[in-house]
Amino acid sequence: MAEYVIKAEKLTKKFGDFTATNAISFEVGKGEIFGFLGANGAGKTTAMRMLCGLSKPTSGKATIAGFDIYKQTEQIKKNIGYMSQKFSLYEDLTILENIHFFGGIYGLNNQQLKSKSKQLLHDLDLEKEAKKLVSGIPLGWKQKLAFSVAVLHNPAVVFLDEPTGGVDPVTRRQFWDMIYEVAHHGMTVFVTTHYMDEAEYCNRISIMVDGKIEALNTPSNLKHQFNVPSMDQVFYQLARGAKRIE
Amino acid sequence: MDVVSAHNLTKIYGKDKVTAVNGVSFTVSKGEIFGLIGPDGAGKTSIFRMLTTLLLPENGTATVGGLDIQRDYKQIRKQIGYMPGRFSLYTDLTVEENLNFFATVFGTTVKENYDLIKDIYIQIEPFKKRKAGKLSGGMKQKLALCCALIHKPDVLFLDEPTTGVDPVSRKEFWEMLKRLKTQGITILVSTPYMDEAVLCDRIALMQKGTILSINTPQAIINKLPDRLFAVKAGNMYDLLRTLQRNTNISGSYSFGEYVHVVLSPSGISPEDVQSYLQQQGLTEIEWKKATVTVEDCFIKLLRE
Repeated sequence: MAEYVIKAEKLTKKFGDFTATNAISFEVGKGEIFGFLGANGAGKTTAMRMLCGLSKPTSGKATIAGFDIYKQTEQIKKNIGYMSQKFSLYEDLTILENIHFFGGIYGLNNQQLKSKSKQLLHDLDLEKEAKKLVSGIPLGWKQKLAFSVAVLHNPAVVFLDEPTGGVDPVTRRQFWDMIYEVAHHGMTVFVTTHYMDEAEYCNRISIMVDGKIEALNTPSNLKHQFNVPSMDQVFYQLARGAKRIE
Repeated sequence: MDVVSAHNLTKIYGKDKVTAVNGVSFTVSKGEIFGLIGPDGAGKTSIFRMLTTLLLPENGTATVGGLDIQRDYKQIRKQIGYMPGRFSLYTDLTVEENLNFFATVFGTTVKENYDLIKDIYIQIEPFKKRKAGKLSGGMKQKLALCCALIHKPDVLFLDEPTTGVDPVSRKEFWEMLKRLKTQGITILVSTPYMDEAVLCDRIALMQKGTILSINTPQAIINKLPDRLFAVKAGNMYDLLRTLQRNTNISGSYSFGEYVHVVLSPSGISPEDVQSYLQQQGLTEIEWKKATVTVEDCFIKLLRE
């Protein structure tokens, strides 16, 4: 059986009498690209925060890279990468300063920092821009840089929260090329998106509705199961019945 | 009749002279849904802000409802509805209070134009006593649309109304727009989602302040000269890498569960590409003609 990097069992989070995440269970394998979908308010962010060790579950169990999300949150933080559209880089630091800052936080030593940042700037073709402030570079570059920084320490899992909003279709695909690349080398990718074509790029997808995982399978099996031609329609069939509107 | 007409519209910002909109011209007819399609930085918001008389252009002219955006700004403001990309209602007023406020500012009442917003408003009415800041994304969007409509505008400007919204709410939103269109309202809408382009009557594909192409979605699709194929293989990662290594292939990129392969009109034959893939050791190859989408056309334009 495949090696599981993420294991969640009946993971639940309640805020007062509101159950944001309701007993979700799933496993994600090593090197798998796992799409975590759901309508606004379905409970995705709450689930993701628990998996990252940022929020304690009300009940249920989960491990990330073998570490327990109740007791070993510090080890988890060292073994994951995280990128969201809302926050990823410091705008008033340069590209190079951002790389050094995040690399330092993730515990890379000076020598590693030097070689890693050189490699990264080369791969992204940003060598000439290294001393530019992040605030002045195009969104597409920011996203690629943010992703590269999030995986700089070669974590077991990288969590991507709507990583590709607002960029053009070519840049979006270049971003996914980077995702494929790290997954190919064994990193597990956990990604949320509102783009249903991106859902197709995932190995498996879960769809959350009102705090529960209502479907979990490969994109082609899901389309087969719901007897529809596109992921868009799978999503629509599941999520249109959602009761929760916050 | 052209309800909106822009001629050589140009916007330049700051002391660094950043050109956000570079000589853009287009017209929108009465009752049309016209889409500005493009990523962040394409200039969509700047165009909307000039047309809604909130920003002055550095160059060029435009009219809205036959009125000049510089000279007649006061009249224009009465005749248009504008929903900015960032939520801009009063978060500490309730749903009901916001709606009443906007009606009063425009010298009307909610009752007078209730017919126009009824379909949308009944969906948020159960929460009318709730503060706007406490609404979910989808509900905020519906309230903002109601507030933009309450004075019965002739033209509606919607700046990225569906960004960050889940596919179900997006679909509902576009259904609302179609209903408004039947009431004779002209709608200008911007979006970064390529799949929404086909829901517009006409679209302008934008990048870095310029219009790359402007037409009906179908005409843009029909104009693509290349042959387009959808391909699958056992290992999709290898498939994409292998295709991209072959310089006779004009383009190859992921497209949903397939990879789209672009072959120029007189270039390499599809049979040759298929045997190339087999030679390179790819298995379980599925090859078919692809249905061209606006996204394919946009990718082509970006690569030119």
